Amino acid sequence: MSSNEPSEKRRTALDALHRSLGATMTDFAGWDMPLRYGSERDEHNAVRTAAGLFDLSHMGEITVTGPQAAALLDHALVGDIGGVKAGRARYTMICRADGGILDDLIVYRPAETEYMVVANASNAQVVLDALTERAAGFDAEVRDDRDAYALIAVQGPESPGILKSLTDADLDGLKYYAGLPGTVAGVPALIARTGYTGEDGFELFVRPEHAVELWQALTKAGEGVGLVPCGLSCRDTLRLEAGMPLYGHELSTSLTPFDAGLGRVVKFEKKGDFVGREALRQAAERAASAPPRVLVGLVAEGRRVPRAGYAVVAGGEVIGEVTSGAPSPTLGKPIAMAYVDAAHAAPGTPGVGVDIRGSHEPYEVVALPFYKRQK
Amino acid sequence: MSNPQQLRYSKEHEWLSGAEDGVSTVGITEHAANALGDVVFVQLPEVGDTVTAGETCGELESTKSVSDLYSPVNGEVTEVNEDVVNDPSLVNSAPFEGGWLFKVRVAEEPSDLLSADEYTAFSAG
Repeated sequence: MSSNEPSEKRRTALDALHRSLGATMTDFAGWDMPLRYGSERDEHNAVRTAAGLFDLSHMGEITVTGPQAAALLDHALVGDIGGVKAGRARYTMICRADGGILDDLIVYRPAETEYMVVANASNAQVVLDALTERAAGFDAEVRDDRDAYALIAVQGPESPGILKSLTDADLDGLKYYAGLPGTVAGVPALIARTGYTGEDGFELFVRPEHAVELWQALTKAGEGVGLVPCGLSCRDTLRLEAGMPLYGHELSTSLTPFDAGLGRVVKFEKKGDFVGREALRQAAERAASAPPRVLVGLVAEGRRVPRAGYAVVAGGEVIGEVTSGAPSPTLGKPIAMAYVDAAHAAPGTPGVGVDIRGSHEPYEVVALPFYKRQK
Repeated sequence: MSNPQQLRYSKEHEWLSGAEDGVSTVGITEHAANALGDVVFVQLPEVGDTVTAGETCGELESTKSVSDLYSPVNGEVTEVNEDVVNDPSLVNSAPFEGGWLFKVRVAEEPSDLLSADEYTAFSAG
């Protein structure tokens, strides 16, 4: 198996621990990451019903500080970053001048003049380079903090209880998309109520040398309530059910946020110019008047699973393309996200199918997300 | 994991039982099942189909991917495991037992099937 091959893959601070847990490892953006520890379906269901523990140390942290940190990020990103209150976080994107998406990001503001930008592992260098270039003329520093943090996520309905037993931080006061410095199991951490699973949960940014200690403390705290270690395989099915896009699948440089149905992240009303503004204004008008293709959900009537790149068909014609697909543990059926021609994008549009290796299998067009947790 | 001694193995990670009245049982190995992850859909050949050693005769879908199923021998399919069609997770939970895939009346065996020990070495390599 590939796990025994010598390689230059990057390993997280938790690497030895994953191996001791019997994880199947996989290459992800140059990192050797846990794909699953046992059954990925069991891991998925644990996050929906109890809790799951993830090593996400491959994510790319970039710190932006200084008097003009907010101004720089307002210029470099499409969101209203100056409007993020200290202690809160925002989902946003970084685009090219032509409006194409370079990456989707979460930006935390742990202090008034300090931001932490979290990029996808596959795009971290691109984002770092773009921010550094766009920082010219701003009184702000862009710092590569990829090696400064390990990231451990605990996700699922039991996660608040698990974390509460290990910290004095006011978790009840920590809202969704908030993040504050604190201490967990004696370890200094940025405690963020964010995630990529569609469940309540936390992401804990800690120094790499504290990662094993924190992982073990969380494992112990979650013992009685069904916490299990979870790999990237179930992370993908969890985010897919929650209708969350994944860069390289639903998002790319050839699409604008409006093409991806995420135009709400673009804040034209914010102060000053920002990279991509003019192109995005045109993209917004195009999306409103004559959208080329629309991101939709597809639910299988049969059991064959659509995969990224498969054609979506209607009446013998190709009308779109699957961007992500998987068997959904929660729905018990295969599901997919796909870009389809606007004429076929309405939920319930009849006659839509997916070409699964030459066979046209019927699919129902549905609104996203597939799954929404009961609050 | 241990590969049962009484079975023989193909390099495509199928196992083949000894023949009873000329009929052998075929499945995929535990090694293959682990590599696939949770199997969610199996498409098997139909009873009466002729299968050929090393050629595709069905497919296995897991969370991450779809894989071809190969026959380890030439012959005619006499039975398929309906239990595994209804509950594909049997491939993961009992690959050498309840997760068997089909039975075949063997017409010809290729000469390069592996013993359990040979397959163990092959799949570790």
